[in-house]
Amino acid sequence: MGSTSSTLLKIPNVEVLMQETGFSPAHIIRLHDRFKALDKEGRGHLCPQDFGAIKELAMNPIGDRIIGAFFSPGKETVDFHTFVKILAHFRPVDKDRPKEPNSPEPINSRSNKLKFAFQLYDQDKDGKISRDELLKVLRSMLGMQVTEEQLESIADRTIQEADLDRDEAISFEEFRKSLEKVNIDHKMSIRFLR
Amino acid sequence: MESYLFPFDSLICMLLGISFTVWFTLLLVFIIVPAIFGVSFGIRRLYMKSLIKLFEVSELMLSVSVILQRGSAEPEFDMSDIFYFCRRGVESIVDDEVTKRFTAEELESWNLLTRSNYNFHHISTRLTALWGMGVLIRYGFLLPLRVTLAFTGVGLLVVLTSIVGLFPNGRMKNYLSDKVHLMCYRICIRALTAIITYHDSENKPKNGGICVANHTSPIDVIILASDGCYAMVGQVHGGLMGVIQRAMVKACPHIWFERSEVKDRHLVAKRLSDHVADESKLPILIFPEGTCINNTSVMMFKKGSFEIGCTVYPVAIKYDPRFGDAFWNSSKFGMVNYLLHMMSSWAIVCSVWYLPPMSRMEGEDAVQFANRVKAAIARKGGLADLLWDGGLKRGKVKEVFKEEQQKLYSKVLVGSSEDRSRS
Repeated sequence: MGSTSSTLLKIPNVEVLMQETGFSPAHIIRLHDRFKALDKEGRGHLCPQDFGAIKELAMNPIGDRIIGAFFSPGKETVDFHTFVKILAHFRPVDKDRPKEPNSPEPINSRSNKLKFAFQLYDQDKDGKISRDELLKVLRSMLGMQVTEEQLESIADRTIQEADLDRDEAISFEEFRKSLEKVNIDHKMSIRFLR
Repeated sequence: MESYLFPFDSLICMLLGISFTVWFTLLLVFIIVPAIFGVSFGIRRLYMKSLIKLFEVSELMLSVSVILQRGSAEPEFDMSDIFYFCRRGVESIVDDEVTKRFTAEELESWNLLTRSNYNFHHISTRLTALWGMGVLIRYGFLLPLRVTLAFTGVGLLVVLTSIVGLFPNGRMKNYLSDKVHLMCYRICIRALTAIITYHDSENKPKNGGICVANHTSPIDVIILASDGCYAMVGQVHGGLMGVIQRAMVKACPHIWFERSEVKDRHLVAKRLSDHVADESKLPILIFPEGTCINNTSVMMFKKGSFEIGCTVYPVAIKYDPRFGDAFWNSSKFGMVNYLLHMMSSWAIVCSVWYLPPMSRMEGEDAVQFANRVKAAIARKGGLADLLWDGGLKRGKVKEVFKEEQQKLYSKVLVGSSEDRSRS
């Protein structure tokens, strides 16, 4: 199958990566294989077109937003480290991890998962989901199934329910509050091979 | 005081006696006798159809109540809805096919079994009531019924095969052994309420060949063996399994290996070839994958059985996940736990396709032949054909791969020093 130790050696700073993300060597190797498979021209980094080539992602209503989440503002490429760090958001929460007081919050904590989801809404990165941004997302997810008026009423209702400080926009705290009862771990985690 | 109890006592005894008799007569007439003769009243198919209707109704209720809870009939939006798309998107980025194959499929519709709906929370009273009734029926009625049948089936198998074993070898013995095996497996099928559709029975395996099938659960054996007679291959076990094995081998030759013999590949191959060479012996039933895959794909077939050089009869088995997940994750659940799961599901519905026989072609080695057979099975059963080794589930690394890694590691060691000097 894969050549485990040799692949690991080829990845620079792999120890640090495993530490930060919590992925096991087997995970890293799988992700590396996937990275290489996506990087069809062998450049060592991915660009938006490489992601766009994934059929299921292209069919996903918010596919382009997800792709956007991988590229920090100003950057046009994603290297392996960034790739893995972003995917680490989707690791299931470690229930047995002891809470060390000085260690930084793990990437796959509930809060960080929420932050990731928040940025999918908040495209202009001003820290708030405005009514316009909400409408755009709704339009992407619901497509042509819904009329403009229905869309607007849904957006208004959502803002009304979540907007606690009455500023016509949803901040991250309000976002977090509106989702306190939701099982984020289940909804925002995917199964990586053991 | 005692004079009061007496009439009640005998009344209760009488009632118990009558109900037991009725129970067993019904069992006999509707289940065991048809099993013996291989006929069917069609009760199980009727049951399956009513179950499908029930699932549709419950799904409708589920979606209706979810909408109602949200307060309006319009398409309702929740901030968390984006998570679903987000997750699907990331899954397609990671697209780890192997992971997808190893955990049981999460069902889209809820089939009233809590195990398959991870997020079960109180949605509506009616639905909960339906689920509760389902639990009562499954555990209170179906489970005891099935356990009784299972014991009957296994017991009869042991007893009758031992009796047949007393006969002198010859046509009569083979005939009786076939009948006995079929009958007992059919009872076991009914013990699991397995509803099986066999396709292309004209391709059924014949003597002197090997029957090869994809493996999802230990039940696969029973499913195939209730429609044809096979020689089983396996390791000798102790306990109840051992008793069954010893009894079965008295009636007709099965191939049981001692634990020590299993490691000796040449011995295994020789015994299999000897069996196959004898035309009077039944076709061997082998599951080349070696471990249970969750029925959405067919993993790498181990080449051993394909080296023997006889006709191979491929068989594809596909389970319908709506009724109960037959997948056995042996690293998570033990055998008894698994059997309990199986017997308390609604039913096990599956399809079996008998594919036309294949033989190794000129210039083809065992591995290529194995892959060809695997691809044929995957295509027929609608299963995804994967290149990965089923042994991944337990994380073993074969010696050959280990050696290859060592070779590559030494190559990299020489190569990486160059990289280091460059950076």
